[in-house]
Amino acid sequence: MTRKKTNWIITVLLILGSLFILFPIYLAITIAFKTPPEMAGNLLVLPKSWSFDNFKQAIEMTNFFNAFKNSFFITFFVVIFTVLTNSLVAYAIARNLHKKFYKTLYFYFLSAMFIPFPIIMLPLVKQTSAWGMDNLVGLIVLYVVFNLSFNVFIYIGYIRSIPVELEEAAIMDGASTWGVFWKVIFPLLAPMNATVAIITCLGAWNDFMLPLVLLSDQSMATLPLVQYIFQSQFSTDYNLAFASYLMALAPMILVYVFAQKWIISGVMRGSIK
Amino acid sequence: MKKNHVFMAIALPALALFFIFHTYPALQGIFYSFTDWKGYGSWNFVGVKNYLNVFKDNRAGAAYIFTFQFAIVTTIVVNIISLLIAIGLNSKIKFRKTLRAIYFLPYILSILIIGFIFNFIFAHFLPQIGTVLGSELLSKNILGNPDLAWIGIVIVAVWQGVAFNTLLYLAGLVTISEDLYEAASIDGAGIWTKFWKITFPMIAPFFTINMVLSMKNYLMVFDQIVAMTGGGPGKSTESISLLIYRGGFEGGQFAYQSANAVVYFVVIVIISIIQLKILNRREAAN
Repeated sequence: MTRKKTNWIITVLLILGSLFILFPIYLAITIAFKTPPEMAGNLLVLPKSWSFDNFKQAIEMTNFFNAFKNSFFITFFVVIFTVLTNSLVAYAIARNLHKKFYKTLYFYFLSAMFIPFPIIMLPLVKQTSAWGMDNLVGLIVLYVVFNLSFNVFIYIGYIRSIPVELEEAAIMDGASTWGVFWKVIFPLLAPMNATVAIITCLGAWNDFMLPLVLLSDQSMATLPLVQYIFQSQFSTDYNLAFASYLMALAPMILVYVFAQKWIISGVMRGSIK
Repeated sequence: MKKNHVFMAIALPALALFFIFHTYPALQGIFYSFTDWKGYGSWNFVGVKNYLNVFKDNRAGAAYIFTFQFAIVTTIVVNIISLLIAIGLNSKIKFRKTLRAIYFLPYILSILIIGFIFNFIFAHFLPQIGTVLGSELLSKNILGNPDLAWIGIVIVAVWQGVAFNTLLYLAGLVTISEDLYEAASIDGAGIWTKFWKITFPMIAPFFTINMVLSMKNYLMVFDQIVAMTGGGPGKSTESISLLIYRGGFEGGQFAYQSANAVVYFVVIVIISIIQLKILNRREAAN
């Protein structure tokens, strides 16, 4: 088989296409550094000076660090608890799928994927506020529980490919079911754990609807929610607004720049399950 | 025997929590859809009145039509573009890793914030370009036009949605052996024949997943609209999710919007089932 030559036409087309992806981000970066008078001119040119004044002002106005802290707190704990608990539940179901109860449970979680969030939204908000869960901890609990639906599905496919003999050997050595899971199964799940962690992290960090309907106190707002709350106060000061947007997007972009290979392969692994 | 107890001790709390926070609210929603509850105060049973009203409600009707139009157009456009990009990324090109990373970038970004950025592009950037080019169409903000605003929302949804679908198609494309194409070339097959006889049948399962997932996601469109139009101008871009949110939380229509949500749920399930049936039959025929 001969090595094919580089297809330059497709390469060029794809590069041109990628400009469409990068353009809004370019615009966000340049506008975040501009001043209101510069907005009257050509929007495509670079800012005259790279001053961080807009960022300073946006940080103060939106209380950026507080929102960042909220988003980080939620995302961190949701990822940890989702990976630890959802894998465990999936393991219990995967090893008992021949039993009616566990099989029913599997389909129960699975079918919930077809229920759109707006259907449970109204009663859920009543319920969580009545139970004092209209806060960050309540949000974490809900994410971890809701994630079960999708994660049980993708974990089970993976767990069933792990030979039962491995566990039996560990049990012969005197390990308990609990011990078998944490010492034998959980480490073997590492690639799936990474996938679940990545998808969960993106979902929790970027989610807007659940924080919007659930959180009652503005001081608990997450980064996307803060952009929404301050929309009217940014009014026509786009430089300030874009500085704020950029700071909200930056953490994920930074993570992506360093870990894009893992993120892409992780999401791919989850999607072809 | 002890082993079974451990499994039960894991499964039962999971079942209980999921029921309390997911199934129970869903059942409550169904229950209240048969009442006249405003979200506060007292309530009475009203039978199927809410359901009859949903079907007679022009605002709900408009929301359904908008949501469907948006979801169908976006699903088709996203899938065509992502298939093209995936085929491009799968061919022998330079900078493949970098390009793949760029095309996947939108997936990791907040839809709401991207929506705000696009809002600015439509309101200020495109009109500036339009004025320079002397184009009547571009010089106005399309988000301010009740007939065109939905296109702006499609553009944002496509910009972001292409990332994930491209990745899925790419996962399918890498499984196709190069030999198949070479054999076809020897037989004199053109690019078009190769696509329909080799590429498409091989990635058909990915096509099915993409179509079903995209459609379901776009029927639930919310963030993009909040950021771009807020449902306007007028109510021209009010999606079903936004209507349930607005009416339920701000309009005192808790019970009524619960009925709307149940209708919405039934619609989504029916569409998903029809899609799976049609697409699976087509896959089987290939």
